[in-house]
Amino acid sequence: MSFGQSAELLARIQFAFTVSFHFIFPAFSIGLASYLAVLNGLWLWKRDATFLKLFDYWKTVFAITFGMGVVSGIVMSYQFGTNWAAFSDKTGPVIGPLMGYEVLTAFFLEAGFLGIALFGRKRVGNGLHMFAVAMVAVGTLISATWILAANSWMQTPAGYAINDQGQFIPVDWWAIIFNPSFPYRLVHTVLAAFLTTAFAVGAVGAFHLLRDNSNRAARVMFSMAMWMAAIVTPIQIFVGDQHGLNTLEHQPAKIAAMEGHYETHVGAPLILFGIPDDAAGETKYALEIPKLGSLILGHSFDAEIKGLKAFPPDERPPAFIPFWTFRIMVGLGVLMLVVGMWSLWARFRKTLYSATWLHRAALLMGPSGFVAVLAGWYTTEVGRQPYTVYGLLRTSDSLSNIDAEAIGASLVAFILVYFVVFGAGVFYILRHVAMTPEAEDGLLHEGPTRAAGITPIQQLEAEGNPNV
Amino acid sequence: MFELSFIWAGIIAFAVLAYVVLDGFDLGVGILFPFFAEQGDRNVMTNSVAPVWDGNETWLVLGGGGLMAVFPLAYATVLPALYVPIILMLLGLIFRGVAFEFRFRTKRWRPVWDWGFAIGSTTAAFMQGIALGALVQGIEIADRKYAGGWWDWLTPFSIVTGVAVVVGYSLLGATWLNLKTTGELQARARRISMIAGVGTLALIGAVSLWTPFLEPIYFERWFQWPTAFFSAFVPLLLAVCAFGLWHGLTTDKHLQPFLSALGLFVLSFAGLGISFYPYIVPGALTIAEAAAPDASLSFLLIGAAVLVPIILAYTGYAYWVFRGKVDPNEGYH
Repeated sequence: MSFGQSAELLARIQFAFTVSFHFIFPAFSIGLASYLAVLNGLWLWKRDATFLKLFDYWKTVFAITFGMGVVSGIVMSYQFGTNWAAFSDKTGPVIGPLMGYEVLTAFFLEAGFLGIALFGRKRVGNGLHMFAVAMVAVGTLISATWILAANSWMQTPAGYAINDQGQFIPVDWWAIIFNPSFPYRLVHTVLAAFLTTAFAVGAVGAFHLLRDNSNRAARVMFSMAMWMAAIVTPIQIFVGDQHGLNTLEHQPAKIAAMEGHYETHVGAPLILFGIPDDAAGETKYALEIPKLGSLILGHSFDAEIKGLKAFPPDERPPAFIPFWTFRIMVGLGVLMLVVGMWSLWARFRKTLYSATWLHRAALLMGPSGFVAVLAGWYTTEVGRQPYTVYGLLRTSDSLSNIDAEAIGASLVAFILVYFVVFGAGVFYILRHVAMTPEAEDGLLHEGPTRAAGITPIQQLEAEGNPNV
Repeated sequence: MFELSFIWAGIIAFAVLAYVVLDGFDLGVGILFPFFAEQGDRNVMTNSVAPVWDGNETWLVLGGGGLMAVFPLAYATVLPALYVPIILMLLGLIFRGVAFEFRFRTKRWRPVWDWGFAIGSTTAAFMQGIALGALVQGIEIADRKYAGGWWDWLTPFSIVTGVAVVVGYSLLGATWLNLKTTGELQARARRISMIAGVGTLALIGAVSLWTPFLEPIYFERWFQWPTAFFSAFVPLLLAVCAFGLWHGLTTDKHLQPFLSALGLFVLSFAGLGISFYPYIVPGALTIAEAAAPDASLSFLLIGAAVLVPIILAYTGYAYWVFRGKVDPNEGYH
């Protein structure tokens, strides 16, 4: 089952396929774990049953997501060896310990306390339960830190030497971990995980507000999600810009591909849309704004921006995928900003829970974080081709000594199993969040339901709850 | 002798052993699923491992990730050699892992996830056994690469080791259920423990008799002084564990059969260790040859020395929190 393709291409497709699934689940569980910790903390602090209700409601989603993240993650940790043995042999001494630390500091922490967080509240009491929930959340963040250190090192390698077997040898661990792109990538990715979760939670809240805008739990989750969207999206756009400048410094070919520039320009235009054509060496049907590209990337109208042709043909990434995935990510970021600002306006007007169009928009934006995360990931990963370790180890030199048939067959197996298993998981999540979270206190139902929405807010505020 | 690579071989061996005994009983519970048709029994069975299985499986990630970090050459040659069993094991673990949640999320499709749990667990166990057998019988390496074909792992010997691991895990699972459950479920688990115990011992015997004739080096290890001292000692201790298992099961002890079954695994593992040393891939790659440079080994060793005891402490705590018999009415579902 090689489908007439090379082992290299099949292995790349397999990696892209499995890592895409694996990236979606942790992106959600990183955000959800922190959200659960906040909800549990608020419950202990305010003793407001709505928070407990929401904790239990999202706990189920977290359990399903986390389970899928675990099983898809184990696949990743063995795939380096099965398909990318030469890469593992050469980079193992450097990135292996980073992943080893991820297991030791994060995976065990999450797994050890997950059982208590999910099942143990009655057994250990509220204090230790809160500790367990917090440890799960901290574990997800530590995990992100190590794996992004490893990934960033592959993008911007530092602190290494190469021995006579061609292996990368650690020289300076501080330089390896805090390699040039790591801080930017870490912040950008963790914020992306938080935004992904905010928009997913916000969509669920909006869905239930559209059905019944007096539902207390729906109000609380929608409000919390919209605060997150309004505050974090502008920060994320700023961080993304900084990350882009960092990429320009260390991986200019990737930027050229993202921008669709083949020629080097002084005063480069910003190509809004177009079809990059590597064979023709130009971006066809380009819709451009003069000089804006240089302004954004060089912070000057006349900055020089290198095009792909400034690099030898065998060192250029393919442009089409990074060009388009980058636009998808940025476009969704702009839409997130719009929704975030809209929610602030609605909040100011005291129509946050009655603004039907805002709720519809938020519902539509539910999957936006997942799509943006994947699009951003493709941008950065395809953009660093043809290398696995940027500038040093080619993807074609990273492969296992294994037949294309074996890789093709396992690819088919993974595709079938992932769609069945994770399709079912997503279905169960959607079915769960379609159920209305009931407000425990029931107070609101005495007020006007489906009314303009002003009265219930005042009722909530009268209860002294600032979080709605 | 106490080089960093040697210490790391010990740590990786410990991680693999921890994985085998801990996930062994989880997978064993899955393997035994078809023998318990009652829905209530199955809920108790999954709930008995639900709070701990994820931590147990993490040892497998440490074994894999750790191998890449400290013995990259072994990782880069063994995994391609075991390509098919590894992939099938991973697919089995996927079905097993998601079944814990999924089977509580649907009534109509629950039988599907129950079968996924059982078949996934059995497949994972069988493939781990096959991987072990394939490793014992040797892997062809040339020029820092796996040099064999992608079906080399499939031999009568590896199939026997595969069956041995499935039967052994079901012994762990059955004695775990004997420890964690009550009533009719426990009684049946005890009966299964007895059968699986006999099967496990028979298969340990078969594999042990077969192994020395695979490679001259194993033969020397087992029958020449001074290592013969250990190879005589291991069967003796195995007999002690077998007696403990039989005695515990016939006198209605709850913990003793489980500990005895663990003992069988630890001893078999020790026997393998004696046979392998100083190789990490028998006959092809020594511990020292496969090791990453000291800068990698020492960097991760600092973390392991501090963190592994802490991990063991909070893992122990998690087991302590969920100690005792599983209450059929408890569980968050």
